[in-house]
Amino acid sequence: MCRMFQCYTEVNCDACRCLTDELFVVEHARTAILQPTREDFQRIPELAINPLGDRIINAFFPEGEDQVNFRGFMRTLAHFRPIEDNEKSKDQNGPEPLNSRSNKLHFAFRLYDLDKDDKISRDELLQVLRMMVGVNISDEQLGSIADRTIQEADQDGDCAISFAEFVKVLEKVDVEQKMSIRFLH
Amino acid sequence: MVAGQPSEVLCPCAPLADAHILPSLLVFHLSRKVTSVVPESCLLILLGLGLGGIVLAVAKKPKYQLEPNMFFLFLLPPIVLDSGYFMPSRLFFDNIGAILTYAVVGTLWNSFTTGTALWGLHQAGLMADPGVEAGLMDFLLFGSLISAVDPVAVLAVFEEVHVNETLFIIVFGESLLNDAVTVVLYKVFNSFVELGPAHIHATDYVKGVASFFLVSLGGTAVGLLFAFLLALITRFTKRVRIIEPLFVFLLAYVAYLAAEMVSLSAILAVTFCGICCKKYVEANISQKSRTTVKYTMKTLASSSETIIFMFLGMSAVDTSKWTWDTALVLGTLFFILLFRAVGVVLQTYVLNRFRLIPLDRIDQVVMSYGGLRGAVAFALVILLDEAKVKAKDYFVATTIVVVFFTVIVQGLTIKPLVTWLKVKRSDHHKPTLNEELHEHAFDHILAAVEDIVGHHGYHYWRDKWEQFDKKYLSQLLMRKSAYKLRDEIWDVYYKLNIRDAISFVDQGGHVLSAAKLALPSMPSRTSMSESSVTNLLRESGSGACLDLQVIDTVRSRRDKEDAAMHHVLRGSLYKPRRRYKASYSRHFISPDKQERQDKEIFRQNMKRRLETFKSTKHNVCSSKSKARLKEKGRKKEAGKEGIHPPYTPCVAAAPVLVTVSSDEEESDSSETEREDDEGIVFIARATDEVLQGKTTPGSLDVCPSPCIIPPSPTLAEKELPWKGDQADLAVYVSSETTKIVPVDMQKAWNQSISSLESIASPPGIETGAQHRRFARPMLEKQPQSASQATPEQISRFQFPSHISKSSRSKSDSSPEGVEQQELQPLMGTEEQGRGLPSAEHRRLAFSRASHI
Repeated sequence: MCRMFQCYTEVNCDACRCLTDELFVVEHARTAILQPTREDFQRIPELAINPLGDRIINAFFPEGEDQVNFRGFMRTLAHFRPIEDNEKSKDQNGPEPLNSRSNKLHFAFRLYDLDKDDKISRDELLQVLRMMVGVNISDEQLGSIADRTIQEADQDGDCAISFAEFVKVLEKVDVEQKMSIRFLH
Repeated sequence: MVAGQPSEVLCPCAPLADAHILPSLLVFHLSRKVTSVVPESCLLILLGLGLGGIVLAVAKKPKYQLEPNMFFLFLLPPIVLDSGYFMPSRLFFDNIGAILTYAVVGTLWNSFTTGTALWGLHQAGLMADPGVEAGLMDFLLFGSLISAVDPVAVLAVFEEVHVNETLFIIVFGESLLNDAVTVVLYKVFNSFVELGPAHIHATDYVKGVASFFLVSLGGTAVGLLFAFLLALITRFTKRVRIIEPLFVFLLAYVAYLAAEMVSLSAILAVTFCGICCKKYVEANISQKSRTTVKYTMKTLASSSETIIFMFLGMSAVDTSKWTWDTALVLGTLFFILLFRAVGVVLQTYVLNRFRLIPLDRIDQVVMSYGGLRGAVAFALVILLDEAKVKAKDYFVATTIVVVFFTVIVQGLTIKPLVTWLKVKRSDHHKPTLNEELHEHAFDHILAAVEDIVGHHGYHYWRDKWEQFDKKYLSQLLMRKSAYKLRDEIWDVYYKLNIRDAISFVDQGGHVLSAAKLALPSMPSRTSMSESSVTNLLRESGSGACLDLQVIDTVRSRRDKEDAAMHHVLRGSLYKPRRRYKASYSRHFISPDKQERQDKEIFRQNMKRRLETFKSTKHNVCSSKSKARLKEKGRKKEAGKEGIHPPYTPCVAAAPVLVTVSSDEEESDSSETEREDDEGIVFIARATDEVLQGKTTPGSLDVCPSPCIIPPSPTLAEKELPWKGDQADLAVYVSSETTKIVPVDMQKAWNQSISSLESIASPPGIETGAQHRRFARPMLEKQPQSASQATPEQISRFQFPSHISKSSRSKSDSSPEGVEQQELQPLMGTEEQGRGLPSAEHRRLAFSRASHI
């Protein structure tokens, strides 16, 4: 829990600056009276031009809910907190912190996995690809990219990427760095 | 080469020296044992020392040394351009903060502390030699030139050490960017020394600081300007491909000269020119130009580097130029090491508060130890004016010792040190599509999260920049065609496919060498063959290659023979060898027609083979069933002459297939072998092996290989290559194919092969639980329907009432017409719009007739 608090103090001022003005009246770092809705997120202009914007917005909202409270908001943001040296060594047996490597990866994985079956199917991959590449790439080319991607990652031959396979295929990538943001400078 | 002045006695020695350089490089590269321990730069310096000694012994006086002008105007630019152009820009800009800090603050710190400490040493009277006449300004001047980390030395040593990318980019980036600081400090102190300490006013200091910004920002601006120009020019060189590489070198060099002329930082100019233009230039110029640029740049850079180190060695022999002072030399060595270490630790301490991934102690040790000094320092110290800087000779000696010490001692020990400290090494692995894709996704995610939080951090600006680039810069600086096709994910995919294709050819294609593999500039043109590589690999995995060879040994010669025959047949289109006009132009390399033609054919062959291979893997059963169908069809045909093989509704195909037993397969395969001679080709061997290897054991007795039950389109597809073999060019689709594919499927067929595949074929049903769920019911049903319907269906597909009637009448009247109608759309997708020549029709019709 204390890790969450740490995250609060690290993030809150920035978080409030954006979502506050009229939405949030933050009396205290940990209490929020108003809860931002999906539309509030969608109103952020930069998100509208982010190819994965909607997916990321969805990631902030718990299943089936249309609002997020400050705690939930922070919980999502905590995924992006950098891993610090002293955290690496301690509490191996404790609960995994939200900003662990596998949690960071899982956050990304969930963006692909729409139907929540813990597998990225070809269709799901294609959807994300379509969002991320320009219109210049034809469907056909995209399809072969998707095929190739799955073939590359697929180990058990089910033509889908499971989370284990997802982790495996990214094991050489410095996820700790590439999925972290320093919120305070 | 470097000996600019005419020398009476030793003129032959200059070429001699040059002649030694390249062979010596060769020798170094050959003797792996030596170079694995000793960096090349050390060996070169030692070699230079040796050569200098020989020259000295022969001529009785030293002759050659590194001339500063030569160095700055000709030797340094290629190295800097090379390092800028091939700089991993993402990594560079990710770490730009740290790099700039070390380059600016670090260099300032180093030069001031070293200068002051040496002056203190001098004041304390420790420098025994009374010849060292130098004040504070002289020592600061010396400090400024000795403290800068040298890009040439760093590159030479670090390239062989392979530390992780972050560490490398920080040290190397620092060595490049500190040039501005070095230049400014050197010039400022030089002028201060000239003026004399008494005449320096406060305004001079202010001017010094201001000139730093001017020199660094000005240099960068010049670089950016020329990068822009270069990108813009390469956009319009479509008709003069041959001078594209020239532009790259010319403009980069002009950038260097321009910056040098107005005494801005030339190194910064070239570095930024290289970094910034690369993206657009690479997109604009042709593949061949890209290769040319790459190799020329690397060659120039490495020969410059060689020459620099050689001449460093040779210059050291020149005893007349330097005077030794032990205290000064030892003091300098000690101070530069000490202050470098202290500076790195202090700066890292500050930087780590802002860095996402802090630099740990080991990194700091390597960074301190990797601060190599080199030729830049030497050239600068030679440039000093002896009249004004009295202690020049001492400084020269010290610089030589420092350079030798850092390059030889530190260069030799850094590798063991890195191993001993277990520094994270760089692992060079090939980029995978997954990594590329997911890293892109990560970037988007982070940018979005920053947006949500309202935190304008690195990703925010990166995102902004990319959008700006996409909207304006790329459109302005890139060719339309290049801009359209530019997508990083696609690029990686494309490269991977090329690589696969090459290895594919390496493993199997002994007739056609990999060297001939065309690297087409337009990815879209080869998308078909690419998708087949993909599918091929997806379906077969690594085992593919073995089978591939089997197929190839059977087929490849045939391919070639067919191709040759085809040449004869279609003399009008493909010219036979030796009939090309030789043409010459200085400005255009006319695309060799022979080459193009070979490429074309080769590409087609590749495509076909991939298709073939895929279909044999994919449709193991279908070839059997096909063979059976053939047999039956033939029997019927015997009865009913002139009637084509039956139109088979695709539903019928599957049940038939299920009932095939293993001995029937044997006979079938022998059957197919026999057919091999008749023009309808089946790969008997390949299929047999594949079948035995690949059938899923669980359901073996129900169905020979249910996992690869071919959906009808692929059944059709299977046919493609064989017919293609005969006719070499366009006739992938045989008459049988079109008949088996039902009408509605043909529509899908027409769209494209790959889309069809995605619709109809669940790729690789073998193990996937999900697919098995689908597959099971089908499999269970099929035997039933097969047992019930087989006789009926067989009779029916021999005479499919509704289709065959109409088409029979049609085909009787004009078989070619029907075929053309059915084939045309397929040809469209297969051959990218190439029409089916009428000769082909005739040939096709002919072969079928004979076959019947």
